[in-house]
Amino acid sequence: MQKIEARNLTKIFGGHVKQVREMLAAGKSKKEILRATGATIGVRDANFSVEDGEIFVIMGLSGSGKSTLIRMLNRLIEPTSGSVLLDGEDIAKLGRDALLRVRREKIAMVFQNFALFPNRTVLANAAYGLEVRGEKPEVRNARAQKALNRVGLEGYENEYPHQLSGGMQQRVGLARALASDADVLLMDEAFSALDPLNRKDMQDELLELQAELHKTIVFISHDLNEALRIGDHIMIMDDGAIVQCGTPEDILTHPATEYVARFIEDVDRTRVITAGSVMTRAYTVNIDSDGPYVAMRRMRANQVSTLLVVNADRQLLGMIDARDTMKLIDEHRNDVQRLDSIVQTDVPTTTPSTPLNQLLAQFAQTALPIAVLDEHERLRGVVIRGAVFAAMARREVPSNA
Amino acid sequence: MLNLAVKIAPLPIAQWIDDLVEWLTSLHAFFNFITSCIAGINGAIQWLFDVVPIPLMIVLVPALTWLLLRKKGLHLSLIIFEVAGLLLIWNLGYWRDMTQTVALVLTASAIALVLGIPLGVWMAKSDLVQAIVKPVLDFMQTMPAFVYLIPAVALFGIGTVPGVISALIFAMPPVVRMTNLGIREVPADLIEAADAYGSTAWQKLIKVQLPLARKSVMAGVNQTMMLALSMVVTASMIGAMGLGEKVYFAVGRNDAGNGFTAGLAIVIIAIILDRITQATSNHKEV
Repeated sequence: MQKIEARNLTKIFGGHVKQVREMLAAGKSKKEILRATGATIGVRDANFSVEDGEIFVIMGLSGSGKSTLIRMLNRLIEPTSGSVLLDGEDIAKLGRDALLRVRREKIAMVFQNFALFPNRTVLANAAYGLEVRGEKPEVRNARAQKALNRVGLEGYENEYPHQLSGGMQQRVGLARALASDADVLLMDEAFSALDPLNRKDMQDELLELQAELHKTIVFISHDLNEALRIGDHIMIMDDGAIVQCGTPEDILTHPATEYVARFIEDVDRTRVITAGSVMTRAYTVNIDSDGPYVAMRRMRANQVSTLLVVNADRQLLGMIDARDTMKLIDEHRNDVQRLDSIVQTDVPTTTPSTPLNQLLAQFAQTALPIAVLDEHERLRGVVIRGAVFAAMARREVPSNA
Repeated sequence: MLNLAVKIAPLPIAQWIDDLVEWLTSLHAFFNFITSCIAGINGAIQWLFDVVPIPLMIVLVPALTWLLLRKKGLHLSLIIFEVAGLLLIWNLGYWRDMTQTVALVLTASAIALVLGIPLGVWMAKSDLVQAIVKPVLDFMQTMPAFVYLIPAVALFGIGTVPGVISALIFAMPPVVRMTNLGIREVPADLIEAADAYGSTAWQKLIKVQLPLARKSVMAGVNQTMMLALSMVVTASMIGAMGLGEKVYFAVGRNDAGNGFTAGLAIVIIAIILDRITQATSNHKEV
């Protein structure tokens, strides 16, 4: 279900709206328009929709219009034209009281530099949204306290913001947003001011909270690794316009423009690409129906020296290699049917959603292919070293899984 | 070309002001009402000083100081100075004059705050208001204070009330300016946060802007009080009673000794008022 939908959302700073529109229609650049009219284009004709319960990341370099765009969603910046539908209601057309109600009850916001009120305690900061909407002190303090506990700040409620570290301050900012119990969270570069370790902790925490609360989160970031880590969808902006919108893998594998391609150039792909997308077909024998002769023939046919051993349900039991199989055939000639005696059970395994960076750690300890198992222990494929390096080197990812 | 300025007749600005003042004096009822209001406030403060016995007052002032400043790094030396200074004023026989002076300063300052803080808020909210009020404030502060005495007498008669009025005009600008400045200096992201959570303009002012501007507003209050105090000698020329009157008489009689002692009493009061208001503005936690 769509929670937020923006249609032709445009912001032009500095007036001359009609003239700017004509110049835009004529294909003039932002610079030419600025020179001719003195007007700056914040956002032009943005169309996108955010699904209920997802984390939607808006990315772009500074000046790309992402901050302007997020502020038009709760009208901290008035759109020049276009509409923002929240649950089907057009925010851009709301009157003053209706807008206050939406801000109090439906949309909460977390800011880059925390924007905590220095004259208020942590608890009073977290309770701010509830206070302005007129909740009684007992009610708002109880709910603010609950939100603070949720972000791990029990015991700090009577401190003042300046007594806390940056990471803790942003937790207060997050608690303030959670306390208001809004469905939609706008997070404007919420973690950008934190040091890398803190940033990662906060990302993890946000994901944990999200797994529990299922808010609809619009998150602005200029850090692609962050976007890839937390985003269900990513939208990339350049010069006020949307250049691409899609899932993290979409963006990495099919960058729409040169700009996006440059954007993703430095990304650590091993964090995003998963075992599932680089695994290849596994060569197997079924322990209940196949014997050593079948195994040998299959190895020769496929030019491999090992086979994975599965049962009739394709659950992984282990592995056999060519040497043991030959030995088994030599020693017992015609009277052996089963492979049980030579199955090695110490096969490295992983899951389809494991990112490559974790596989690399595993490859450091073994030369064997890593078996990919689904949640029912069934064999889905194997990852071989070569495929991992190929994916890291951005060659076409093998897709015959 | 430039000497055209002396070729034409002098502009009748003085005449205009005279006419204006004359017209204003015709509004008796209005000015009488203001006069009685100010006299009422001043009288109430004076009454308070008169009913409290002097020894009790000498205990109360340090006690009040302690109450206001105990959390903000109170220096024992201030308490000692207050007790010693007030005892000296009592000893020199200036107690009643001192209370009259303080009553005038407090009246003028109180009115300056009641008018000045809302005006400062209005200025902060509107660039147009700021553009109009700023030059008026400059004018109020730089025009020699004596000049205010003349229309003040015409409109409010002789005595403490015109003294309060001229002190008010001279002393109000800082609190207006500092309120304006304090509110304008509240960081933009805090205003955004207040807006994003659905604050009304009034909630934003009361819950965010004024509390954050407090330091600046209190610095304005401090300056306003000091300027009001600096007007007491001037105000005594039109009959405001108090320490200023003693200084003014001493000047007339070429009496250096009494002039000095009355002046010393003003200094003591100035230091006490300054330290108390300044310390409330140097708030630690904000």
